[in-house]
Amino acid sequence: MPFTAKSGKFSANINTLTMGTGDKAIVLGGENVLPFYTFDAEIENAPKVGIEITDGGLDAEPECVKKYYEGCSTVVDMAKKAATFEGVDFLSIHLEGGDPNGENKPTEELINIVKEVADAVDLPIVVCGCKNVEKDAEIFAKASEVLNGKNAVMLAAKEENYKNVGASAGLAYKQIVGAESADDINLAKQLNVLLTQLGVDAKSIVMNVGTAAAGYGYEYVVSTMDRIKAAALQQGDATLQMPIITPVASETWGVKESVATEDDMPEWGPTEERGIDMEVETAAADLASGSNAVILKHPVSVATISKMIKALI
Amino acid sequence: MALKGLDIFKLSPKKNCKECGSPTCMAFSMKVAQGAVSLDACPYFSEEAKAAMSEATAPPMKTIKVGTGDTEMTLGGETVLFRHEKTFVSKTRYAVDLCSSMDDALIDARLEELKHVDYDRIGERMYVEMIDVEYDPASGQDKYVELVKKADGHGRVLILDCQDVEVAKAALEICKASKPILNGANPSNYEEMSKIATEAGVALGVRGANEDELYDTLAALEKLGNKNLLFNACEGTAKAAFATAVQFRKAAIKDSNRTCGYPSIVNVSKIAKGDWHLQAALLSLFTVKYGSIVIAEHIGYAEALPLYGLRQNVFTDPQKPMKVAPGVYPINGGDENSICLTTVDFALTYFVVSGELERSGVPCNLIINDAGGLSVLTSWAAGKFSSTSIANFFKEQDIEGKIKCRKLCIPGKVAVLKGELEAKMPGWEIIVAPREAVQLVKFLKDMQ
Repeated sequence: MPFTAKSGKFSANINTLTMGTGDKAIVLGGENVLPFYTFDAEIENAPKVGIEITDGGLDAEPECVKKYYEGCSTVVDMAKKAATFEGVDFLSIHLEGGDPNGENKPTEELINIVKEVADAVDLPIVVCGCKNVEKDAEIFAKASEVLNGKNAVMLAAKEENYKNVGASAGLAYKQIVGAESADDINLAKQLNVLLTQLGVDAKSIVMNVGTAAAGYGYEYVVSTMDRIKAAALQQGDATLQMPIITPVASETWGVKESVATEDDMPEWGPTEERGIDMEVETAAADLASGSNAVILKHPVSVATISKMIKALI
Repeated sequence: MALKGLDIFKLSPKKNCKECGSPTCMAFSMKVAQGAVSLDACPYFSEEAKAAMSEATAPPMKTIKVGTGDTEMTLGGETVLFRHEKTFVSKTRYAVDLCSSMDDALIDARLEELKHVDYDRIGERMYVEMIDVEYDPASGQDKYVELVKKADGHGRVLILDCQDVEVAKAALEICKASKPILNGANPSNYEEMSKIATEAGVALGVRGANEDELYDTLAALEKLGNKNLLFNACEGTAKAAFATAVQFRKAAIKDSNRTCGYPSIVNVSKIAKGDWHLQAALLSLFTVKYGSIVIAEHIGYAEALPLYGLRQNVFTDPQKPMKVAPGVYPINGGDENSICLTTVDFALTYFVVSGELERSGVPCNLIINDAGGLSVLTSWAAGKFSSTSIANFFKEQDIEGKIKCRKLCIPGKVAVLKGELEAKMPGWEIIVAPREAVQLVKFLKDMQ
């Protein structure tokens, strides 16, 4: 007797969203099934993998990542190099130097870097803020302007600054507006509603619904994504049908498992292997739970996750 | 179709004798319908009634027990597809694989290596719990039996990956007392395999070249009366394995297809041989998506640290968040003269805060209060984290006897407690720390 499974295909879809322009443009979302459930229906747009570099250049990278960027003296050099790594679909430039509690680099300096990088590579670009809501509003406004026509992602607007970011990124310059919330389905929904009420096109929004390294309260990420997918696909809730983009590198490279040296913890073995595995295991779980795109740092992680996605799709 | 409570009640004795532990027959019937209690708890149901109901009231997925004593573990028994619907109940187990075709040096090295990972995470022992012992026909029966002998006695549950009935019989003679899994049934040998498995009292793993063959073989075994089963997710590709694991779990739980209701075995070492990082990614994938046992080539600290953390997170009951033991946690070599910070015993708070404190490099003492495992704001709102509770905790634990430093930082979110704490804990300088853990690094460094 054949094994017949009931189809889990839904009548609702995740929004289809294009990032970048030209040949290297990529498409997120569009599926009407749960993550990787290709047995229910074909998934046209496989999840995508981005690579992250920061305004801090080579010095700011974890020790084990530096060797992959040998010979790169500027952030632009790194961007060009990153574009050649296996599995890279898009580039994320993380402007952590803008943090007022950190280096507090002026917005102008950061935007110059963004412009140079965008001119040097033809990959789709994600501009990742510094987490300070006021500074980010400024950064995203200027970034949207200099990247006019590039269809870049501003990652991300939050509850506190969505009006500014929505207006500049979504309305004035037609970039893609990232909407960030912290593991709360109601806040995720609310932010999307506020942005669309402002006039931002729902089809131009991507969500960061929360992120954590594996082992660090990761269950909240899983359950938030599970519930968002259920709302979007089962209940057809259009306010949660935006594709999900999950920054992984910024979470995983700071935790003890990735940072501790072999001198500190001899029984843990080489730092590089731990950093890669923490990154790929977190990314794999994110993709299984609902991410349409993940942002990673180590070139081996990017290649590995890219391979995994191809194997599953 | 699951039987409703009312239907069960119609067939019940209606005596309300309370011998089953429930106050009335109606209450008992409702519990049975939910799968919360077994029908057997009532001694007065007629045989006909029991027969009519047993199929319908059985849980959607069998609970399989393997191992003995310290190594005993439970697999299966799931009732929901997503943890937020209730909770997952049987955490994914991981195995390292050995094959009789490997030379002795490699085998000894692998057995030695698998002992490395052994540590405590929030009161749970994290170690490689199972060993998959594969039979390569080319190496012969004796070599395999020798390998099984070697592997048995390492304090791990064995999975005997052997599809040859005679060889399996010999292997079982060696290790059946430790309750391994005989992962050997396939469409052509399942009758004999089932016989030797049942005789030895062990669970039987089932294979099929595709989902139809797998399903048919499971159904045939059930007809023979053997329900002590597990199934192998179709091997070869990640896509096939994922499809089997997901579809069978969904069929059992959502569509009440009990023939699919058994724990799954996923062999990612075969899917991604030689690529340890890809195996790490797949270990994670199948932890989140319905892998009951996942077999890989290598599980060292690099793979294990994120994986066991992920597993602990995912298999936490949403209604019972994890908590760490209250007490003093010295960080960065903190001693009796180091600055103190105090917060709640919610595991997530502990991990996030201790992580940031470690990153700061500043020696300090993290003092965890018993706040019922709730977050800072929740416990404060519930009255479980207050100036009184903190002062009492410090007294009970004799913090003043253990630590000379009299600087205590409190979470920024409960800054309101500062005045009261200063009054209740004379001699202590109470400092209000930031509201968010990420700000702790700068906060501590600025204080130096």
